[in-house]
Amino acid sequence: MNDALDVALRLLIVFVVFLTFPLLVGQTEHKVMAHMQGRLGPMYAGGFHGWAQLVADGVKFAQKEDIVPAGADRRVFQLAPAVALLPYLLVVLVIPVGPGEGAVGQVVDAGVFFVLAVMGVGVLGSLMAGWASANKFSLLGGLRTAAQLLAYELPMLLTAASVAMAAGTVSLPGILDAFEWWWLPWQIVGAVVFFVAGLAELQRPPFDMPVADSEIIFGAYTEYTGLRFALFLLAEYAGIVVLCGLTTVLFLGGWHGPFGADGLGWVWTLLKTAVLAFVVIWLRVTYPRLREDQLQKLSWTLLVPLSLAQIALTGIVKVVIS
Amino acid sequence: MNLAATHGFLSPTGVEIAFLLVGLVTLGAAVVTVTTPQLVHAALWLVVALGGLAVEYLLLTAEFIAWVQVLIYVGSVVVLLLFGLMLTRAPIGRSPDADSGNRWAALAVAVAAAAALVWVVVDAFRTTWIDLAGAAAGSTEATGASLFQNWVLPFEALSVLLLAALVGAIVLSRKATTDPVPPPLNSRGVGGGSRPVPDPSNECTGPAEQDGTVPDDGSGPTREPRSDAPPGRGKGALPDDGTGSTPDLNGSVPGVRSGTAPGGGEKPARQEGGTR
Repeated sequence: MNDALDVALRLLIVFVVFLTFPLLVGQTEHKVMAHMQGRLGPMYAGGFHGWAQLVADGVKFAQKEDIVPAGADRRVFQLAPAVALLPYLLVVLVIPVGPGEGAVGQVVDAGVFFVLAVMGVGVLGSLMAGWASANKFSLLGGLRTAAQLLAYELPMLLTAASVAMAAGTVSLPGILDAFEWWWLPWQIVGAVVFFVAGLAELQRPPFDMPVADSEIIFGAYTEYTGLRFALFLLAEYAGIVVLCGLTTVLFLGGWHGPFGADGLGWVWTLLKTAVLAFVVIWLRVTYPRLREDQLQKLSWTLLVPLSLAQIALTGIVKVVIS
Repeated sequence: MNLAATHGFLSPTGVEIAFLLVGLVTLGAAVVTVTTPQLVHAALWLVVALGGLAVEYLLLTAEFIAWVQVLIYVGSVVVLLLFGLMLTRAPIGRSPDADSGNRWAALAVAVAAAAALVWVVVDAFRTTWIDLAGAAAGSTEATGASLFQNWVLPFEALSVLLLAALVGAIVLSRKATTDPVPPPLNSRGVGGGSRPVPDPSNECTGPAEQDGTVPDDGSGPTREPRSDAPPGRGKGALPDDGTGSTPDLNGSVPGVRSGTAPGGGEKPARQEGGTR
């Protein structure tokens, strides 16, 4: 009975985190973008600085008619948002926020592989949406999504493998237990590569070629309306949370604070994740969209060699210090 | 690992029942994959089959293998498959021409292969049972130790094989160098954006021929060659150097839905480059 309660409580907490954190990131994006671009942003809903704008958006999405195009493949079209969103829920389950077994939804032995594998499945949702919409812009978006995933999955895996080599384990809590402060300069190249590749996998600007609205309307999501469209948007923000949390855990020491200040570990995790999420928003406001060939070139000629160099460096240092 | 004497087939545990059920689902998905008349549905059912296989690995406590299965097969192989389908032809609905005439030969080969595999596996593991109560027999640590202590030679042989495949793929996708003058493969950045004009200064002129020589590196639709460069300036034998104009999106997707290549931009006066 106690075990069942424990499991239920963990699942509930993970679910609440999964539902609220993406919305927090969305709200922050509204405000940060507005400030950075010197404009007001949504200011009316709710009275104080438009705090209820997201709620209003949710109500709007729920009210809209759910349309499936006549030529579309009905079942695949309707299934796609779930396939895009659910993997991120599974990833949230295994990210440790604090020290010990109590601060992670479920300890997974091969956590790094689990996380990367499941995140790769999420992209299938975009592919399904792009194909099933019976719309050439959607199909183009799906194609670009696939090309982007194939290009950026490799550097992400390689840099994650570098951290796993450094820690001698592929379990996420195990990596955090082994973390030392000098890993930060040691793995900094890997951290940047991982973060950039993750952004590309989430299709966030400047890597949002698959949804480039000035060229292919909204890519794979062009034909979606109402709640299904909202689910795709939610998947994007959940992806930001997951990517920032993972970068924090793998490269920035997770619940370890600076100067040995490890008390209140989960605060450090959340703080680092929030800063990274801010960087994600910042990049969206700052950089123009990369062209498709530039996207591919960046991955294959820069990120992959860099991540290989990082693995070589990790191996050398590991051999020297052991 | 215990001997089979302590286990019986008549009192299955929950894990064994789950294993059997997931196996049935996997088998069903696999059968649908090869029998469905819809191409993309076949690829999606393949996801279910491969995912079911991963769950079976999980039930056998081989957690690492399960996640690698998802990562490689679902995350990469199926995505590559879908990418290929969508790039060439991915009609919604049935595609009757995808039906092979070798149906019965394929069935015979499949049954023979399945029988051989089942026989080998049953013969090899007849009396071994996994002890679920103890430490996981297929944990990452156990897998790694076994791989790099007992099976390191096959592992290295496999990696050399993969390296050879990699080198072979690069060699195949390289442009043939028998051509003294390189065709203006990716020289679209030199001029504006107009329809591909056959360049009289070299042998490889038709856009269709050039299509076949473009390295397939995953950026297909935007790599439509723009051989509109003046003769002598088309030196762009390397992949795009980043000076090109915005890719033409309206007319350059080969075979969207219809299966027939719409060709480059129809209007010769399309000048969208440089204004974005």
